Amino acid sequence: MAKTLFEKIWDSHVVTTLPDGTSLIYIDRHLIHEVTSAQAFEGLRLSGRKVRRPNLTFATMDHNVPTDDRMNIKDPISKAQVDALSKNCRDFGVTLYDLNSERQGVVHIIGPELGLTVPGTTIVCGDSHTSTHGAFGTFALGIGTSEVEHVLATQTLPQTKPKTFRVEFTGKLAPTVTAKDMILKLIGLIGTAGGTGYVLEYCGEAVRALTMEARMTMCNMSIEAGARAGLIAPDQTTFDYIANGGAGRPFAPKGKAFEEAVVRWKALATDPGAKFDRELTIDASKIAPQVTWGTSPGMVIDVDAPVPDPSNVPGYTRLDAEKALEYMGLKPGVPLTEVKIDTIFIGSCTNGRIEDLRVAASYLKGRKVAKGLRTLIVPGSQAVLRQAEAEGLDKIFKEAGCDWRQSGCSMCLAMNPDQLSVGERCASTSNRNFEGRQGKGGRTHLVSPAMAAAAAIEGRFVDIRKWK
Amino acid sequence: MKPINQHTGILAPLKRSNVDTDQIIPKQFLKSIARTGFGPSLFFDWRYLADGRTPDPAFELNRPEFKGASVLVTGNNFGCGSSREHAVWAVEQDGYRVIIAPWVDQGGARIPGFADIFKNNCSKNGVLTIELSGSDVEKIFAAVAAKPGVQASVDLAAQKLTVHSSPEISFRFDISPAVKDRLIGGLDDIGTTLKHEASVTAFESKHNTQIA
Repeated sequence: MAKTLFEKIWDSHVVTTLPDGTSLIYIDRHLIHEVTSAQAFEGLRLSGRKVRRPNLTFATMDHNVPTDDRMNIKDPISKAQVDALSKNCRDFGVTLYDLNSERQGVVHIIGPELGLTVPGTTIVCGDSHTSTHGAFGTFALGIGTSEVEHVLATQTLPQTKPKTFRVEFTGKLAPTVTAKDMILKLIGLIGTAGGTGYVLEYCGEAVRALTMEARMTMCNMSIEAGARAGLIAPDQTTFDYIANGGAGRPFAPKGKAFEEAVVRWKALATDPGAKFDRELTIDASKIAPQVTWGTSPGMVIDVDAPVPDPSNVPGYTRLDAEKALEYMGLKPGVPLTEVKIDTIFIGSCTNGRIEDLRVAASYLKGRKVAKGLRTLIVPGSQAVLRQAEAEGLDKIFKEAGCDWRQSGCSMCLAMNPDQLSVGERCASTSNRNFEGRQGKGGRTHLVSPAMAAAAAIEGRFVDIRKWK
Repeated sequence: MKPINQHTGILAPLKRSNVDTDQIIPKQFLKSIARTGFGPSLFFDWRYLADGRTPDPAFELNRPEFKGASVLVTGNNFGCGSSREHAVWAVEQDGYRVIIAPWVDQGGARIPGFADIFKNNCSKNGVLTIELSGSDVEKIFAAVAAKPGVQASVDLAAQKLTVHSSPEISFRFDISPAVKDRLIGGLDDIGTTLKHEASVTAFESKHNTQIA
């Protein structure tokens, strides 16, 4: 019978199907960070359990990490959480890429870098943006702390089989339009719960044309559509990314093992005629640069569109839209290109990879950021930082007046010192524009790195399709 | 985990859609490495004035009629956003055992009332999530508006919710058999899975994890 990519991965990971209809799924990689793991390790201690497969479990510290003076965590509660991870990894024999490691970074950035993320596997992490890894044709999902403990103890996870949702992007993207705009467009169309209960498979000409890093951006925000996971079938782009990392990807297969793996990986693609539970086609050539105007990622419009009337926002009640406009300090009918910005954040597991920084640098080269604007540029990992500095991107950023930082989650969620203040308006390449996400009272507009860089120069949003 | 089968408590209304986990518990409270103490931080940014201590009288759940409430009725897509189980710990530790949210229809596809990871986390912490149609949830909101402080009862075994308005209104709800068993039994998932140890070991012996 014809199977989807998802069904192939699922079927090869079912350990057993339980009497209640759920399945016990085997987990190939368990990624860990400091925020959602402490209580899970404590649970193991209390019940006298061990980590079943420490060799499949990998940890880093990212959420609490300061991006300036990174070795000096001033907040004692943050410090205690980071220290707890170090101790837990030591006690339970888990590999940790800590602040002294040259491989430290945002957990979803370092997984692919290390070659931990390969097609046809299952990956979990106590973090909703685990969906990022789906870019490799990997069933990757975010889990809660109880489930983290479950995977530590058993290397399995009880799961109800999700439904499948095929999203095809036909045609070619316009120049300057990116994977970030594609995923924001999709979320605008189906809403932040439109994917709930589904695994999304992205396909079509515009998806095939994306680089691995762009595919990661796309899969990263699958959770913002409510989906359990996002998937893209592996192809030559995927194989090249894994192979070209060389020694930089110590956990990826090499030589003969790699050749054999490619044969298996090629067989993962959805079979012709396989059935999906839901399907949607989007013409990629018509997608404009996207900007969110509200407090939910589905509150998104084309950059050249005015802020909407709250009574006419698809998928949101008038009350919800009014609350969002009030919080954001915006009036209906105002073009977004007239909205003044205070801060720019370029980074995060969504857009903190080297290609994102190259794009931002291409806009900022030889220019200056607008007067009074704060511009944080935060590489997603130490590897991204080194690569950017080797290419001289850091100099371009500094000469433009940007603040070049160390690797971490930074202002994406403001668990560290990088935060917005009340009323501060930010063009951010991150993934969530929830109230208070980047700091209490902060106002977040989600955009691509290109849009953020152009906004840094002008101090307001610009339609980069027409911009000089 | 605390089992739940029969439960009666005050209904509290939070008439907002897409309540995300950053609103349920803001990030500054995720730094704790304990499993307790999250209750007072529930809905922190909405619940307190700027001083972070004084209850905001404008926030609906701060009305005296809802003091001690244990059944929350809210809008679609409750718990969207991050995987933080702290959100469920905050809900449970602030006294809520049941959350009711509406599913909505989107061009023939049913959009669930709760975000996936949040709902899953609830099932690991003895919090029952009930999904009803939008019109049924509207009836509950109306009952609370007519009589703030009205109580509701849940009979999980019978999959029945009753709002003790006058007249009483009752709803049958669907729930996955796995979640129902776990909540009624207060079962520990890990203990259940470890009974399948032999299957896991057999699976591992032939499975390629593709790690170099």
